Amino acid sequence: MPAITREEVAHLARLSRLDLSEDELVHYAEQLDVILGSVARVSEAVQQLGQGQDIPPTSHALPLVNVTRPDVERPCLDPAEVLAQAPAAQDQRFRVPRILGED
Amino acid sequence: MAFDGDLTKSTAAALAAAIKAGDVSATEVAQAHLDRIAKVDEKVHAFLHVDADGALAKAAEVDAKRARGEQLGPLAGVPLALKDVFTMKGVPTTCGSKILEGWRPPYDATVTRKLREADVVILGKTNMDEFAMGSSTENSAYGVTRNPWDLTRIPGGSGGGSSASLAAYEAPLAIGTDTGGSIRQPASVTGTVGVKPTYGGVSRYGLVAFSSSLDQGGPCARTVLDAALLHAAIAGHDPLDSTSIDQPVPDVVGAAKLADVKGMKVGVVKQFDGEGYQDGVRSRFHEAVDQLRGLGATVVEVDCPSFDYALAAYYLIAPSECSSNLARFDAMRYGLRIGDDGVNGVEEVMALTREAGFGPEVKRRIMLGTYALSSGYYDAYYGSAQQVRTLIMRDFDRAFADVDVLVSPTTPTTAFKIGERVDDPMAMYLADLCTIPTNLAGNAGMSIPVGLAPEDGLPVGLQIIAPSMADDRLYRVGAALEAALNTTWGHPLIEEVPSL
Repeated sequence: MPAITREEVAHLARLSRLDLSEDELVHYAEQLDVILGSVARVSEAVQQLGQGQDIPPTSHALPLVNVTRPDVERPCLDPAEVLAQAPAAQDQRFRVPRILGED
Repeated sequence: MAFDGDLTKSTAAALAAAIKAGDVSATEVAQAHLDRIAKVDEKVHAFLHVDADGALAKAAEVDAKRARGEQLGPLAGVPLALKDVFTMKGVPTTCGSKILEGWRPPYDATVTRKLREADVVILGKTNMDEFAMGSSTENSAYGVTRNPWDLTRIPGGSGGGSSASLAAYEAPLAIGTDTGGSIRQPASVTGTVGVKPTYGGVSRYGLVAFSSSLDQGGPCARTVLDAALLHAAIAGHDPLDSTSIDQPVPDVVGAAKLADVKGMKVGVVKQFDGEGYQDGVRSRFHEAVDQLRGLGATVVEVDCPSFDYALAAYYLIAPSECSSNLARFDAMRYGLRIGDDGVNGVEEVMALTREAGFGPEVKRRIMLGTYALSSGYYDAYYGSAQQVRTLIMRDFDRAFADVDVLVSPTTPTTAFKIGERVDDPMAMYLADLCTIPTNLAGNAGMSIPVGLAPEDGLPVGLQIIAPSMADDRLYRVGAALEAALNTTWGHPLIEEVPSL
């Protein structure tokens, strides 16, 4: 049985905000199945190399700490320069498509 | 005194010295490189954007500084090719993606700022796999880059534009980024030098993020000393990057000049040899290890069993982080927007834009990461991958308790043919087999050329790995080996690259 089906890929595409074509859904289902089949070895690795010990996860090579700066005014990006790069702008704001549903 | 020799074939160190001495002007140096790009880049396609005006303006500034008698920095007036993943104010920055076509960032990355402050002349932006995802530069939305050693072959990736620009003599220095090997593997297959500094050693501010816990900018050059000079120019603490290490930069330039391995202990990684490794890669690698022994290093074999699982862990961790990082490309504030017809809602516009703007590898990784992070699969995939990361760091700790550096081939094969692996993601991913553990552990790695594989005449790279914040050891070993090999060959390997 494949690790991942066409329907699951369609669900992932929705979550990922990708409007995939039917051909892409089929193609990615095949490829992701191969990749997942291969990377699933990580569970086996933990069992074999961990020798039954509880291995803590590492999310980052460095110990992460919050970095703050003094709350003082400093120059920010020029609004005109930033908005010049926007797909659409209006009244010194980003103009976006409708964000609420029809109903 | 006039400059003796071809400006484009000179090292960065020699160019800087000649400019400082007044033997050549920075403007002449910049123009020679722009002319070279105009002549050969049609064949190589290392650059996505050439900033001739900006480069000449900077060069003129350096010449004016010198004329005023001001002190020039160690790389003043030296041209450089910048990977198109770093922002540069007002200059197009695409990351090799259609979703950022035409974007001109309103700010400089810290690396870009430091280069400007060092009076480095930025020639332009180099081609790359889209958002640095790939090992061949074939995933760029703007066409392939060709390897100057053989134009039918890949220049490595994701930083194939940067590595190719060096091997094609279009620039003496380049900047890359390395998330799983994207500086070292391109260096290996183009016969150049590439360094992934310690994670946190070079600021990521303004480096468009792919996998934030792994991404690291670093220097690319044709010699170890040039790489060290560039490393010193871009490294150091940056308050704008919360993962930037607040410690002095290791003395990489001093180490490159020392170039001595006497008394050092070198570990050969047992896992990175044997089946799957090209014969010529293995033979050149082992000859180079013999050279190290001859230079006075002690060589031992080191067993790192977790490294067999590094690739699998990486292809869960990197896509997971990428699926989150690339959510920022939402078609709202910059970049491409598709389907904004007054009828479609914001989520439809996002999905249409991302579908049109991202290429296949990026989509594949976003979905893979979304899957690995989803409830029900998280523990088996992402959770286990993070545990493997712990095991890899433990193997490194154990190894570095005994040896000063580790060595391995940089990548299992020489440059493969363009098109050979594009439809087989797993075969493509194998190119990063030996480089990935370093990214997962956050330590430092370098690739230097150690010869040509007899069967195909293509460059082979040797990887050196050092503990975190011991980047200087890379340069010490790299420079010693480079000097010994140059003596053996009678000239630097790069001089054997075919003329274009």
